[in-house]
Amino acid sequence: MEPFITHRGIVAPLDRANVDTDQIIPKQFLKSIKRTGFGPSAFFDWRYLIDGTPNPDFELNRPRYEDRSILLTRNNFGCGSSREHAVWALAQDGYRAIVAPYRGQGDDHIPGFADIFKNNCSKNGVVTIELSEAEVEEIFEAVFAEEGLEASVDLAAQTLILHKADGAVTYGFEYDPSVKNKLLNGLDDIEESLQHMEEIRRFEANHNTWIASPQG
Amino acid sequence: MAKTLFEKIWDRHLVRDLPDGTSLLYIDRHLVHEVTSPQAFEGLRLTGRGVRHPELTFSTMDHNVPTDENRLNIQDPISAAQVEALEKNCGEFGINLYGIGDRRQGIVHVIGPELGITLPGLTMVCGDSHTSTHGAFGALAFGIGTSEVEHVLATQTLRQKKARTFKVEFTGKLSPHVHSKDMVLKLIGMIGTAGGTGSVFEFCGEAVRSLSMEARMTICNMSIEGGARAGLIAPDETTFEYITAKDRPFAPKGEALEKALAEWRSLPSDEDAVFDRTLTIDASKIAPQVTWGTSPGMVIDVDQPVPGLNDVAGYSAADVRKALDYMGLEPGQKLTDIKPDTIFIGSCTNSRIEDLRRAAAILKGRKKADHIKLLVVPGSHQVRLQAESEGLDQVFKDAGAEWRWAGCSMCLAMNPDKLAPRERCASTSNRNFEGRQGAGGRTHLVSPEMAAAAAVEGHFVDIRNWNI
Ligand code: SF4
Repeated sequence: MEPFITHRGIVAPLDRANVDTDQIIPKQFLKSIKRTGFGPSAFFDWRYLIDGTPNPDFELNRPRYEDRSILLTRNNFGCGSSREHAVWALAQDGYRAIVAPYRGQGDDHIPGFADIFKNNCSKNGVVTIELSEAEVEEIFEAVFAEEGLEASVDLAAQTLILHKADGAVTYGFEYDPSVKNKLLNGLDDIEESLQHMEEIRRFEANHNTWIASPQG
Repeated sequence: MAKTLFEKIWDRHLVRDLPDGTSLLYIDRHLVHEVTSPQAFEGLRLTGRGVRHPELTFSTMDHNVPTDENRLNIQDPISAAQVEALEKNCGEFGINLYGIGDRRQGIVHVIGPELGITLPGLTMVCGDSHTSTHGAFGALAFGIGTSEVEHVLATQTLRQKKARTFKVEFTGKLSPHVHSKDMVLKLIGMIGTAGGTGSVFEFCGEAVRSLSMEARMTICNMSIEGGARAGLIAPDETTFEYITAKDRPFAPKGEALEKALAEWRSLPSDEDAVFDRTLTIDASKIAPQVTWGTSPGMVIDVDQPVPGLNDVAGYSAADVRKALDYMGLEPGQKLTDIKPDTIFIGSCTNSRIEDLRRAAAILKGRKKADHIKLLVVPGSHQVRLQAESEGLDQVFKDAGAEWRWAGCSMCLAMNPDKLAPRERCASTSNRNFEGRQGAGGRTHLVSPEMAAAAAVEGHFVDIRNWNI
C-alpha cells in the first residue's frame, strides 16, 4: 500500500446521511474480477442519467468540484454491504480522504463511518476523518460559500486544515494508532501477520481437534 | 472474572495481542462466494502465497446464479466469468466448492448451518456483511472486505480490534403472527442503522429463547443493518437439537460431539457478566413491521401511517423527503393502502424451510391477487428439496407463484431477477436501499407471513387481524 502522509485538495460536499455501499458502487460493477476500473462507476445511479450522460443535478457533478479529492459527507457513511469495491471506486475516483460526523458522547457515541467500510478504507490508503456534527456543519457551510475551497490532511499531526480565504481553520481528529502507523508507513497487513507464524502454529497445536478437522 | 459469550469466544481464539492495540484472532471457518473473492485469490497469486487451510475454507456460488430452469447456462458473460473464476480458484487452491448444480449449493449463509460448518463457539468470517447470520449458533461471525479475505486465506487469522458488547433483551412473548423479522426490524427502528456500530449484539430473553434456529438466524442476519458487525445468541438445547437432528456432514459426531457439547455448554454469558450497553424490548408489544423508506431504520408498525418529514428520529427532513420521493409515498398514507407489484420470498434473511412453511401456511388454498408477481426462491438446494418433499412447492404453484432454484436472486438482483424502475416490492430480504433490487425499484421489507398475505390481498394487511 502507498503511504499516506499529507494531502491537500479540493473538498466536495455530499450532503446526505446513511450513504450505503450499494449507492457508492452498485451491484452490476461487482461482477468484475479485477481490482481496478471502478472509479468512473462511483455513485453510478446518482451520477449518471438513464442515457449514460452525467446528471447535472448530482452535487458532485458540478464543475467546481471536478478536481476534488476530499469528500465531505454526513453520518453513517459506507453502511450496508461489505463490498471493498466501494472503497476501490472512491480511491480510483480520486478521493484520498473522507470526512463525516460522529454523534453523541461516551456510551452514546456513534461513529461517522460504518465499521467494515472504515476498515476497508484503511487497507486502501483512504483516510476516514471523524469530526463533531457542529464542525462538519461548519465545513459544509464554508464549502458551499467558497468555490475551490481546499483542505489539507496531516495524518501524523491528526489535523484537517481548511484553507478559507479569510484565514485557515484547523480541526483536530482522533485516529486509531494502529491504522495511523500502517497508513503512514504503507505497511502490508499480511506481511506483518506472517511474522507471527510461529505463534499461529503454536495456537493451532493447542486448538480443539473437533474444530480443527471438519470431515464432510 | 465473569465473561460474556463474546469475550469467551474472543479469548479462546486470541493468538496474541499486538503492540499496536489490535489482536491477532484465529479463524475457524472461512466461507467464500464468487463476488468478493476473485481479487483476494489474485493477490495470493501475485505474492506467491498459498491458502493456509483449504480444509477450513468453504465456497459456493449464490449472488450471480440464475434461479430459473436454465440456471446452468448463465447468459450474462460477466457473471459467467466470475463463476468460472471461483471454480478455477477453488481448483487451484484445493478448496471445497459447492457450485451450481451441486446438491449442497445455496446462499452461503444458508448452507453453512445446514452442512454443519457453522457451530457454537467458532470464529467465522466471509466476505459478506450478512455473515452475522451464523451468530445464531453462538459463533462469532462477521463480514470482512476482500483485503481481509486475502489475509484469512493466507494466515487463517485476522487482525481485529475488540468490539464493545451490546445486550439486547426481548422480554415476554410475541403476539401470534409476529415473528423474528419483526423483532429485528423493531430494534433497528429504535436504535437506527448506526446504533450498533462498533458493537457485537447479544440477543437474549424469553422471546429469543423460544425461537427456532431458523428464526434466530433471521435476527442475527440483520445485526449488520443495526450497524453491528456481529450478533450472538447463546447456544442451548434448541441449538444442539438442530445440529444433531439431521445429517450435517461437517458437524462433529460420536466422541468429538460429546467433547464439543461439553464446551458449548460453557459458552453462555456468565450470570454477572457486564455489557457495555443494554437495551430491553417488550416483545409482547411488537407489531408486524413494514419499511416505508430507503433504509432499514425507516420502519413502522403496520397500523401506523407513513410518517411526516419531521417525525422520524435519526433522519433529517431532507432525508425523509428524499426517501418518500424515491418510494413514491406521501406522509399520512396508510400502509394497508399500498399495493406492491411484486412479492419476493427469499434471501439469507428468510429463505429457510421454516420461512417457506410460514409463507405456505398463509398461501394454502388461496391465490395471489391478479396484478401480483410472486417469486419464491429457496435459500439452498436442500431447502428446495425439503420443501418439495413437504408439498410446499405445490402450495406455492397453486397460489400462482414461481417456484425457483436456490440463490440470492432478487435480494440484490445481480442475477436476472430484478425490479423495473418504480416497481414496488414486498420483500423478505434485508435491505431496502435505493436500487437494491433493481435500479429505481422500491422495496418494503417484511416478514414471510406479511409478504404472503400481501400477495393474496394485493396490498399490505395487518396480519394480526387478517382472516388466517
Ligand atoms: S441473500 Fe442477499 S443479503 Fe444474503 S448473501 Fe445474498 S445478496 Fe447478500
